[in-house]
Amino acid sequence: MTFSFRKQAAALATAMALALPAAAPVSAATPDNMLVMGMRIDDIITLDPAEVFELSAGEISANVYDRIMMFEPENLTKLVGGVVESWTVSEDGKTITFKMRDGLTFHSGNPVRAEDAVYSLRRVVKLNKTPAFIVTQFGWTPDNVDDLVRVTGDGEFTITITEDFSPGLVLNALSAGIASVVDEKLVESHAVDGDMGYGWLKNHSAGSGAFSIQSWKANESVTLVANPNYRHGKPAMDRVIIRHLPEPAAQRLLLEQGDIDIARTLTPDQIAGLAGKEGIVVDDYTKATLIYMAANTTNEALSKPKVWEALRWLVDYDGMANSFLKGQFVVHQTFWPSGLWASIDDRPYKLDIAKGKELLAEAGYPDGFEVTIDSLNTSPYMEIAQSLQQTLGQAGIKTEIIPQDGSALWPKYRARRHGLILARWSPDYVDPHSNADSFAHNPDNRLEAKLTGVLAWRNAWKDDEINALTVAARTEIDLEKRAQLYAELQRKHQTNSPFVIMFQQNEQVARRANVQGFVSGSNFDLVFYRNVTKQ
Amino acid sequence: MTAETTTTTGSAVRRSPSILLGWVRRIGGVIVSLALTFLGLTAITFFIGRVMPLDPVLAIVGDRAPQDVYDAVYKQLGLDQPLPIQYLRFLADILQGEFGNSIQTSRPVLEDLARHFPATLELATLATLLGVALGVPMGVLAATHQGRPVDHIVRVTGLIGYSMPVFWLGMVALLVFYARLSWVPGPGRLDVFYEGIVEPWSGLLLLDAALAGEWDVFWSAFWHLVLPVCILGAYALAYIARMTRSFMLDQLRQEYVLAARAKGLSERVVIWRHVFGNVLVQLFTIIALTYASLLEGSVLTETVFSWPGIGQYITHALFKSDMNAVIGGTIVVGTCFVGVNMLSDLLYRLVDPRTRS
Repeated sequence: MTFSFRKQAAALATAMALALPAAAPVSAATPDNMLVMGMRIDDIITLDPAEVFELSAGEISANVYDRIMMFEPENLTKLVGGVVESWTVSEDGKTITFKMRDGLTFHSGNPVRAEDAVYSLRRVVKLNKTPAFIVTQFGWTPDNVDDLVRVTGDGEFTITITEDFSPGLVLNALSAGIASVVDEKLVESHAVDGDMGYGWLKNHSAGSGAFSIQSWKANESVTLVANPNYRHGKPAMDRVIIRHLPEPAAQRLLLEQGDIDIARTLTPDQIAGLAGKEGIVVDDYTKATLIYMAANTTNEALSKPKVWEALRWLVDYDGMANSFLKGQFVVHQTFWPSGLWASIDDRPYKLDIAKGKELLAEAGYPDGFEVTIDSLNTSPYMEIAQSLQQTLGQAGIKTEIIPQDGSALWPKYRARRHGLILARWSPDYVDPHSNADSFAHNPDNRLEAKLTGVLAWRNAWKDDEINALTVAARTEIDLEKRAQLYAELQRKHQTNSPFVIMFQQNEQVARRANVQGFVSGSNFDLVFYRNVTKQ
Repeated sequence: MTAETTTTTGSAVRRSPSILLGWVRRIGGVIVSLALTFLGLTAITFFIGRVMPLDPVLAIVGDRAPQDVYDAVYKQLGLDQPLPIQYLRFLADILQGEFGNSIQTSRPVLEDLARHFPATLELATLATLLGVALGVPMGVLAATHQGRPVDHIVRVTGLIGYSMPVFWLGMVALLVFYARLSWVPGPGRLDVFYEGIVEPWSGLLLLDAALAGEWDVFWSAFWHLVLPVCILGAYALAYIARMTRSFMLDQLRQEYVLAARAKGLSERVVIWRHVFGNVLVQLFTIIALTYASLLEGSVLTETVFSWPGIGQYITHALFKSDMNAVIGGTIVVGTCFVGVNMLSDLLYRLVDPRTRS
């Protein structure tokens, strides 16, 4: 029997076509000892805890480093010692002495000493990267930090602040990423030209946390390996792999196929599509990220308090929260997020076009005015901007939306070149002063003062009464009184500032049902992997 | 005796220096052309990067940075210097092979390029091979069967491949072949379990895994390549098939085809030796263009398939005002274009005697 060439070729092609699917790998679940997460990690530019200020890097840092003070996943509302066992506060509240925990070791095997904690704080101040202000606000400078932060005994160190701050606030600030304790010996062994290991620590780790960093491939993946000597015991997951999956639809596919265990950045429609899917669970976590609108008061119309008040009545809070933001954001109208100590849930504003018009008329703009809305060009900011354009338009305010990437928006905002701006904010550490200091406190409103990190300054707004209240709240030692001061401050700010706080984030995390123990706290760096197990 | 004396030895003596001179001129021309190309590339990229309303300092320090931190980095990056000085310093660094560090990765740009470019090279080469292997025969078939069903099928296939958004096609392909049928693995270059097993030597995973004898890794990398290669290959195929058909039709109308047929040559000889031989130069041009454009990195395909290629690298860098990385990437892409064009020039000489003079 003979075959022609054509028949042979056809037979070969058919065989190959049939063999192809048979030989291809069928997707399988991730290994039992490995957690694979899909999320966006393209914001990471460094992993040095003295410099980390981005959301993804902050989260990773929290799992790699133990901090001086910490919120633990077992109780996210209680501040406890991290590498320290106990602390005492001096009578004047300006000196705190910490006692180290015994027997802690770094990933390198080196012991965790008081010297390491002191070195870590001094390093933050001397390198003076962006998050350093969290501790330099206490009066620490590269020149005086060696005297103010020092080892004072065996397993004991002391910090002294020269500015007026409540000790409670100081302890809260020492739970931020900048209070991560690094392995001095290891870091210094990689120091170049006295850079305190800055070049090396950008993409390595030297901590004592539940995991160490095995690799960081920018815009691709981060791989963590479990620390067998962790103080709470070795994590169940030997490895955690965080994959950069920028496309939510791809994240969902991988989750459904079992190629990732947790999908972190799904859109509302992706979440809706997962409803009722067998083997998939969606968890909700209230986060501290806020979305707000602010008015640049260098603009004549936007400098009027009546206009600010009108803006607050011209936002369709519920309409947005119940439609395109459903599940991912809830209405919140004060600068300190709900669910945190000293927060208040007052919600005095709702959409009321008539009231908005009335206030505009009182401000001298019965026919409205023209203004731009500078907004991030991503979802949900664009949708929110469009909703605002519509409701403001109903009261006569004609708006032009200027969508832009963050790299173009932030320089504009910092230079006071915006009109209305739609932006987000999350606290730098879990204390109301973190947000009050930016939303409410502007000690010098002059352009040349260049307080570019302060939101109140960016909007050219200064209120002496609110300034004084912010200072009073940050210095009050008594916790109850301090909480009352913050409640008063939030109410004043809510009704008399160019800020319209609109929404608070609700993170929706989709996971395989067999994955348990993932914890995502209120702040961006309160996400923990160490309790994750697979059933 | 004058120089014009025509003896055999004399003419050989006279021709040698002229051949040598010709080669020197040619090589000199290539070097000058390359230098001008790269100078233009760096200048355009550098100055566009500087006039864009993006702030490289904020990309490093973040939008919440206090002014003193901002000012320190501004100075450190040399942005306080006049633009021409900045450019000259930048050129001097590049000439020493120093592209600086990337903002987005905190690593030397050259290291990043060595990691990202092979990912694109692997993808683009296989996609081009697929496009050529299927597109050329399809184009020839369509031309020789003009107006018949096979021609319509090729034209519609070409139209679909060319006009379908790659992003959408990628998502649908993932949904069908990965999610529904489980024929291929999902996005990424490798299953996560195999990460870090093979030490990168060339950066081409298939090659590195084969050289290391890690066949599990090899097959994982292979199956991860299948879908993105098919998507990009479909684009290449559509273009190549369409152009091949057009070139072939153009040649089939020439009189020499009629003469060849009249001489009694077989149709196979007429089509493949005479007609196809004459479209090769044009084909090389479009294949080279297709390959070069794929080497530039298909950002959308790379995004859908989480492929860490050069396209994604440059795009991310652009969004972060990471100008060192953008310029490094641009130079690599420029080199690819120049290299592929030079290669196609060389191939012209091989297949077309007229270009050898």
